[in-house]
Amino acid sequence: MRAFAHTPFGALSIAILRGFVRDRAALFFAVVFPLMFLVLFGALLSNQDQSEIDMITVGDVPLLEDLPADAREAFETTFEVEESDDLDAALAEVRDGDADVVVEQKGDTLVAHYTQTEQVKAAITQSTLKAYVDGANIAASGQPARFGFAAERVEDESLTTIQFFTPGLLGWAIATSAALGAAATLQGWRQTKLLRRLQLAPVSTGTVVGARVAVTIAIALGQTAIFLGLGAATLGLKLTGSWWMSIPLVVVGTLCFMAIGLLAGAIAKSTEGAVNMANFFVLPMAFLSGSFFPLDATPPWLQRVSDVLPLKHLNEGMLDVLVRGQGPSAALVPLTILAAFAVVVTLLAARLFRWDTA
Amino acid sequence: MTAIAAKGLTKRYGDLTAVDALDLTVAAGEFVGVLGPNGAGKTTLLEMLEGLRKPDAGEVSVLGEPAWPRNRALQPRIGVQLQASAFFERLTAREQIHTFAALYRAPGSAADEWLERVGLVAKADTRVEDLSGGQAQRLSIACALVHDPELVFLDEPTAALDPQARRNLWDLLADINDSGRTVVLTTHHMDEAETLCDRVAIVDHGRLLQHDTPAALVAAHAGGGNLEDVFLALTGREYRA
Ligand SMILES: Nc1ncnc2c1ncn2[C@@H]1O[C@H](COP(=O)(O)OP(=O)(O)OP(=O)(O)O)[C@@H](O)[C@H]1O
Ligand SMILES: [Mg+2]
Repeated sequence: MRAFAHTPFGALSIAILRGFVRDRAALFFAVVFPLMFLVLFGALLSNQDQSEIDMITVGDVPLLEDLPADAREAFETTFEVEESDDLDAALAEVRDGDADVVVEQKGDTLVAHYTQTEQVKAAITQSTLKAYVDGANIAASGQPARFGFAAERVEDESLTTIQFFTPGLLGWAIATSAALGAAATLQGWRQTKLLRRLQLAPVSTGTVVGARVAVTIAIALGQTAIFLGLGAATLGLKLTGSWWMSIPLVVVGTLCFMAIGLLAGAIAKSTEGAVNMANFFVLPMAFLSGSFFPLDATPPWLQRVSDVLPLKHLNEGMLDVLVRGQGPSAALVPLTILAAFAVVVTLLAARLFRWDTA
Repeated sequence: MTAIAAKGLTKRYGDLTAVDALDLTVAAGEFVGVLGPNGAGKTTLLEMLEGLRKPDAGEVSVLGEPAWPRNRALQPRIGVQLQASAFFERLTAREQIHTFAALYRAPGSAADEWLERVGLVAKADTRVEDLSGGQAQRLSIACALVHDPELVFLDEPTAALDPQARRNLWDLLADINDSGRTVVLTTHHMDEAETLCDRVAIVDHGRLLQHDTPAALVAAHAGGGNLEDVFLALTGREYRA
């Protein structure tokens, strides 16, 4: 450690890191602020999950009426059932949002009608009913059940709000601190002439840039550890198998957003201007990239717009590997897109870069 | 041996010619003061000598090597204090100079030693933002000298210093010069130039008006008096933009 601190790269990295951790505002916006959102969203929206799902059964639905006792119990805690004979009226209720799902049985087929606007409830309904159907199939086969079936609602758990919001808010946090950090450092160093002073020291531009990049990546990994650690410890976050693929995603995502910050720092004429411009890039992008609300429920044109935003790809990749249980390869496409963004924006920033204010 | 040889050095900012076909030679081990009114082109001249700015015309060689394009072999041999204090944000005085020491691969002990030599031990744990103007300037000078450079450029090193610090800095710079280092500084204090400098270069409108020992300049001046009288006679008494 001491030896590292005495190399130009090490000394620069430590100086930058100290500058960051002593900057209360930067620390707040990088860590505390996004965490506040996470806790807030978690608290606000988790109630909605626990509320019962309003189900209307139309006509006879023997499959649900003959549920085994344990399944019956789970069913009753999940659904608030109302009976009806009028399918059209019941469907109208779902459309108006007064009920969540209409269920009817056509012969041996259980049919559920629901809208896509209530993502979580729709998924719970779908998975629960499917589980009952599977259970009934096994029973009908007459074989003694070889495999036990515990009605644990895995789908439900994987879709709790905390699961959804942690990756998106983390993506936003990383994007903000990488972009703002790069923009502020570049402008700040230029304003104080430190950039010029460093030009006269026997350190290469590569060393200076490398130290800044290394510190930003370390900060982003720290943010990730805090988010995932706190989420898992206190908010009920459950990570799925290839969560470790979030590490390369965070690294490449950080490079991408640093490049955006450098671009802002290269264009802007003051530190405040650079920070504001970086925010101007990142905040709307966070909205359009699904950091604050799920994109699935948005109009298709908006989803196409979001395709050109790097944060969307970071968020999608993070969702896939952190909570959706996808394999490591799910991160490859987002990684490639983010890397391409990083290269293009860095080249652009390098073209616009000036060593000093004049 | 010559430490600095500049020939026909020119720098323009748009229509303004800040440094105009200026020739300057500084011998190794010499102590040279660059004098001139505000806007005369002193900082611009120094920045070209340091290799920070590209001259529009002319050539500079420093310690036998071309100063532009920026010369990696030259940088460890030169110490620079810029006119504006250039510091890492939110570091303490000690962290600041240790960082600069590491950038120049100088030992940490040198950093602590220089903190003491510029009288900042009591302020070692103060952040640079909280230093007074003169303290920041002393730290900036220490950062320029921490790697024991052969050639030192100081841009108005005594501008914000109190009389105590100014006299201490004089002693310090005289020491460095006595040990064979070449020093080039700019100043608006004529007494300082007279006391410290082997030769002074008087610059105005980007041109070198005189380059001689203070004593010779005073002796050649018709009205007699001191260096300040010589300076005012050469550069006039009008305010400068
Ligand atoms: N980056 C710049 N862009 C445009 N003009 C500049 C720039 N830097 C300096 N100048 C102009 O060039 C001239 C010389 O400036 P310089 O800083 O070299 O003066 P100086 O002799 O160091 O003055 P001072 O004693 O006030 O420090 C001034 O008229 C100044 O306005
Ligand atoms: Mg100046």
